Amino acid sequence: MSMTRRLFAGTTALALTTFGTGAMAEEPVRIALLVKALGIGFFEAARDGAEEAAAELGNVEIIYTGPTDTTAEGQIEVINSLIAQNVDAIAISANDPDAVAPALKRAMQRGITVISWDSGVAEDARALHLAPSSDALIGNTIIKLAADHLPDGGQVAVLSATSTSTNQNTWIAEMEKVMGNYPGIDVVGTVYGDDLADKSYREAQGLMQTYPDLDAIIAPTSVGIVAAARAVEDAGKVGEVNVTGLGLPSEMAGAIESGASQSFAIWNPIDLGYAAATVAYNLSTGAAEAAPGGTVPMGRMGELQLDDTGTGAMADPFTYDASNIEQFKDIF
Amino acid sequence: MTDTASPASRQVPDRLRSRLGRAIRSWEVLLIAVAVAVFTFNALASPYFLNAWNLSDATFNFTEKAMIAFAMALLIIAGEIDLSVASIIALASTAMGAAAQVGAGTPELVAIGLGVGLLCGAFNGALVTGLGLPSIVVTIGTLSLFRGISYMVLGDRSFGGYPTSFAWFGQGYVWWVITVEMVIFALCALTFWVLLHRTSFGRQVYAIGNNPTGALFSGIRVRRVKFTLFLLTGLMSGLAAVCLTSRLGSTRPSIAQGWELEVVTMVVLGGVNILGGSGTIPGVVLAAIIMGMVTFGLGLLNVPGIVMSIFVGLLLIAVIALPRLVTLVRARWA
Repeated sequence: MSMTRRLFAGTTALALTTFGTGAMAEEPVRIALLVKALGIGFFEAARDGAEEAAAELGNVEIIYTGPTDTTAEGQIEVINSLIAQNVDAIAISANDPDAVAPALKRAMQRGITVISWDSGVAEDARALHLAPSSDALIGNTIIKLAADHLPDGGQVAVLSATSTSTNQNTWIAEMEKVMGNYPGIDVVGTVYGDDLADKSYREAQGLMQTYPDLDAIIAPTSVGIVAAARAVEDAGKVGEVNVTGLGLPSEMAGAIESGASQSFAIWNPIDLGYAAATVAYNLSTGAAEAAPGGTVPMGRMGELQLDDTGTGAMADPFTYDASNIEQFKDIF
Repeated sequence: MTDTASPASRQVPDRLRSRLGRAIRSWEVLLIAVAVAVFTFNALASPYFLNAWNLSDATFNFTEKAMIAFAMALLIIAGEIDLSVASIIALASTAMGAAAQVGAGTPELVAIGLGVGLLCGAFNGALVTGLGLPSIVVTIGTLSLFRGISYMVLGDRSFGGYPTSFAWFGQGYVWWVITVEMVIFALCALTFWVLLHRTSFGRQVYAIGNNPTGALFSGIRVRRVKFTLFLLTGLMSGLAAVCLTSRLGSTRPSIAQGWELEVVTMVVLGGVNILGGSGTIPGVVLAAIIMGMVTFGLGLLNVPGIVMSIFVGLLLIAVIALPRLVTLVRARWA
C-alpha cells in the first residue's frame, strides 16, 4: 500500500507544483484547520495529517486553531480573527452547521476559500464538504471485515444501536445491497443494543446462545462493538466468534489484544486532515474547482468525487488491527 | 470617570488612593493605561489589527458579556453574586427557539427572551431574599438547573429557522462599522451609570454592600433592593440571549457555555470589590473593552484558546495585585 501511495502522492504533488508555481515564489499559502475544540485527540491527529500535506506541498502554512469549548460562538470568534488575518483558506469542522454560516459567508466574500470537513456546514457557506466516508462505503466495509476472516463462508449477526437509528439503519441497508459479493456469508439476524453497554452485552450473549455456530458479530456502533467483544471474552469464545464493525481504537485496543476482535474500522483522522488541507490548497490556488459533480485531487488519497450538493466522501473507513492499534489507541 | 469624590469611594477609607498618592489617582486611570498598552501592543504585533472592520468584528467578543456585566457589577457591589447568567442565556434562547418553531415573530421572540430572563432572575432573587439562602449556593444550583432544562428540551438537536428580521440585533449595522450590538452596549452602559452613580437606588446598593445591617437600620429595604438587582441581572441575561441568538441564528444547549466566569472576571477587572461595597460602571466598560481587545489580539496571533484564558487570568491577577504590591512596598520603605 505504502509504495503505491507514495508513488501516487509524488506524481500528484508534481502536478500541483506545476499548477501552483505562481504562488510558490511568494508568501506561503495559509490554510486554517478550524476544529470543534482544541485538546481533542481526533483533531490533533487531523492536524498531523494536515502538516504532512503541508510538507508535501511546500510553501504552505497550517494554522491549527479552534475554541476551548465546542460552541458555535467560540468558532465564530476564531473565524472573525481568521478573516481579519486574511488567510487563504479555512477548513472547518463545525459545531453548528447554521450558526457559523454567516461568518463563513463573510469569509468567502473576502476571497477566502472555505471548505467543511468531518462535520459539515450549510451548503451556501462553503465550496465543498469533505465527508470522511459514505454510507455505501461503510456498508461495504463492515461486511468485508467479517468476510475477510471467513474464507469458507459462515454465519454472521448484526448488533446495532436502536431500531430507529438513521445512521445504523442506512449502513445495514447498504450492507445488504452488496451481500451478493460475499457468497457463503449468511446474515442470520439483527439485534438492537440501544447503544447501552449493558443491553448490548446481553444482546450479544443472546446471539451466541441462539446461534451456536455463529462466526462473527458485526456492530456498526462504537458502544455495541466494545460490549460485544466483552461478551465474547466472557463466554470464552475468543477465536470462535470474531467481533467487528465500527469502533474507536482507544476503546478497542483491549479487544484486539485479547483476540476477540481481529479488526474493525473507523475513519482515519490523519488521512482526513491530510485530505482537508490538500483540497483547501487546491481550491485556494485555483488548481481545482469545486463544481457539483466534479472532482478535486487529494494527493495520496486520490480524487474527491463531488455530488450535486458539493459533498464528497474521502475513502473507505480505515481498518485497524493488531498491526496498527498501538499507534492509534492513544490518538482517539 | 470624574466621580472620584463620589459618596461610594468615601465609604471605603482604605482605598488605595490615599497611599498611592497622586501617581495613580483611580482604578479607571490604571485601566485606561492598560487599555492603551494592549491596543499599542496589538497594533505593533499584528498588521491586521488597525482595520475598522476587523475592530468592528472584534467588539462581538465582549458586547453581549458586558451587558450582563453591568447588572452583575451592581449585584456584586451589593454583596451578592449570580453564577447562573450563562445558563439563563441557554434557557432564554431555548424558549425563543421553541417559539420560533411555532411561528413567533421578532417582537414576540424578544419579549420571550427578556421575559424568561426576568423569570429566572425572579427565581434566583426569591430564593436568596425570600428564604435567606446564600446567593453563591443558589445560583450554582440554578446554573445546572436552567441549562439542564435546555439539554432536556434539545438534547443534541438545535433550534433554527428564526425570522429574517430577528437577525437585526446580532448581525445588523446602524451606520458604517457601528453594529446594533455596540449601540445596545453603549445604551446599557449609560443607563447603568445613571442608575448606580446618579440615583438614590445606586447609593442604597453601595450602602447594602458596605454594611447590610446598617443599611437596614437606616431604612433601606435591603431585600427589595437585592431582589430588584437579581431581576435586573436576569433581564440583562435575557437581553444578551436575544443578541447572541440573533447573531448565531441557531440555539444549542451549549450556547454561552462558561460565560459566567468571563462576566465575573470582567466585573472584578473593572475594579468592583468582589466582597461588595465599591466599584464603578466606567471601570466595567474599560475592563470589557480590554478583555475584548486582549482576546482579539491574541486570536490574530493564532494563540490557542487555552493559552488565551491563561493570559486573561494573568492579566486579572496582575491588575489586581499591582496596586496592592505598590502599597506594600511603599509602606515598608516609609
